[in-house]
Amino acid sequence: MADGSSHDLKTTPLHSLHVELGAKMVPFAGYDMPVQYPLGVLGEHNHTRAKAGLFDVSHMGQAFLEGPDHETTARALEALVPGDMRGLARGQQRYTVLLTDDGGIIDDLMVARSASADDDGRLFLVVNASRKDVDYAHIASCLPQGVTLAPATERALLALQGPAAVEVMARHCPQAADLTFMSATSAEFVVGGQSIDCHVSRSGYTGEDGVEISVPAAHAQTMARALLAHDEVEPIGLGARDSLRLEAGLCLYGNDIDETTSPVEASIAWVIPKHRRVAGDFPGAERILRELADGPSRKRVGILPDGKAPARGHTEIQVAGAAVGEITSGGFGPTTDGPVAMGYVALAHAKVGTSLDLIVRGKPRTAHVARLPFAPHRYAK
Amino acid sequence: MADIKYTKDHEWVRVEGDTATVGITDYAQEQLGDVVYVELPDIGKTVGQGDEAAVVESVKAASEVYAPVSGEVIEINDGLADAPAGVNDDAMGSGWFVKLRLSNTSELEKLMSEDEYKTYLAELD
Repeated sequence: MADGSSHDLKTTPLHSLHVELGAKMVPFAGYDMPVQYPLGVLGEHNHTRAKAGLFDVSHMGQAFLEGPDHETTARALEALVPGDMRGLARGQQRYTVLLTDDGGIIDDLMVARSASADDDGRLFLVVNASRKDVDYAHIASCLPQGVTLAPATERALLALQGPAAVEVMARHCPQAADLTFMSATSAEFVVGGQSIDCHVSRSGYTGEDGVEISVPAAHAQTMARALLAHDEVEPIGLGARDSLRLEAGLCLYGNDIDETTSPVEASIAWVIPKHRRVAGDFPGAERILRELADGPSRKRVGILPDGKAPARGHTEIQVAGAAVGEITSGGFGPTTDGPVAMGYVALAHAKVGTSLDLIVRGKPRTAHVARLPFAPHRYAK
Repeated sequence: MADIKYTKDHEWVRVEGDTATVGITDYAQEQLGDVVYVELPDIGKTVGQGDEAAVVESVKAASEVYAPVSGEVIEINDGLADAPAGVNDDAMGSGWFVKLRLSNTSELEKLMSEDEYKTYLAELD
């Protein structure tokens, strides 16, 4: 068993709390992070789907993109992503991708426009931990004069996810209950007479309703302890975070998407609105528009193994003895109570219901292409 | 009490007559976390000492279980197919994986006694 060395690893502002709560800590994206707490991965997964789970996602990158006005800042970002950034309303959040000139995905990220007219021209970005240095260098090198990128290194990020998440959050922060899915606002989190400034969005990466809360690092423990004090809330580690997002059919950067995969191949072409397809004014447009018109050569699909054996990432996928693709994320789905996976297959084999063989430990095991997500999304409408 | 021996890879083997029952230790199941699938060999298969005898999958990862001793597989714990969590519940007892017909008793000498295993675990922590 791997013996994770913890030196040279960065820590989040909640590190001592994780240790206090009895978390098993592992190295992840350069950070010493909780993989599970005493409840265990299954228990944590099921608790999140039933009530509410608190995740420390402070290792992810938070940054402000700032310019003189929304139009200028949004236009600067639109040069790097295929999404509609100029059309973001105040307080609206959007999922998008940074693209290479070849249409590959540098990272996937969340972008929120400030809810306040006073901050117009400011976009709040949340990027993957493993990619933040790459992202920041890339973004900074492409910005026009007057637009700057300011990483918010002194902030923590918490995610509270599950059907009880928003109700619990609203006990401290009533504005959370008023947010619709993918909207965000600055807010006050009240605990024991103290009021903590934070930024709350109704979003997350589990398929459940919930919020993500950006908070100054100095107040992160106070907030986390306040949320954990409620019976509905359990701390959740990286293990359950992974099984929750896999069941939700969401891409994990480095597994399911990377600089070789395009949004069309990744089955997230919905991140490209019609007016940007018409304009073709984003990096890699030539490849992406061609794939939209003619179909990509491979496509990310959901895969359900027929038996009970999980098929993990890098498992070869065959049809009639010939390799047609590879699993990129796979494991056991506690909510579906069986193995679930996703991966890339040649387009000819991407239709739902198509029979596949997964080569697990040298032996072919039958599976079929399945609709995503495996666990229905329960985002707030 | 039957003689139980341990490997450095956290398997245990209980020998009764020429039958060796093999499982993973409580320490191993705890390290693995929730077990969700166990792949067992076919009855009649012959395994050498240190060969892969089974695969145990937790929510996160697959891990090989190595045969502590050589022998022929004479019985497998079918119950684990429907209830793999039995490995977590009773790793040292009803969560056993396979029974082997022991072919070389001298191999047992290479394994650790319970006291030696406890010392080994203490050194790991």
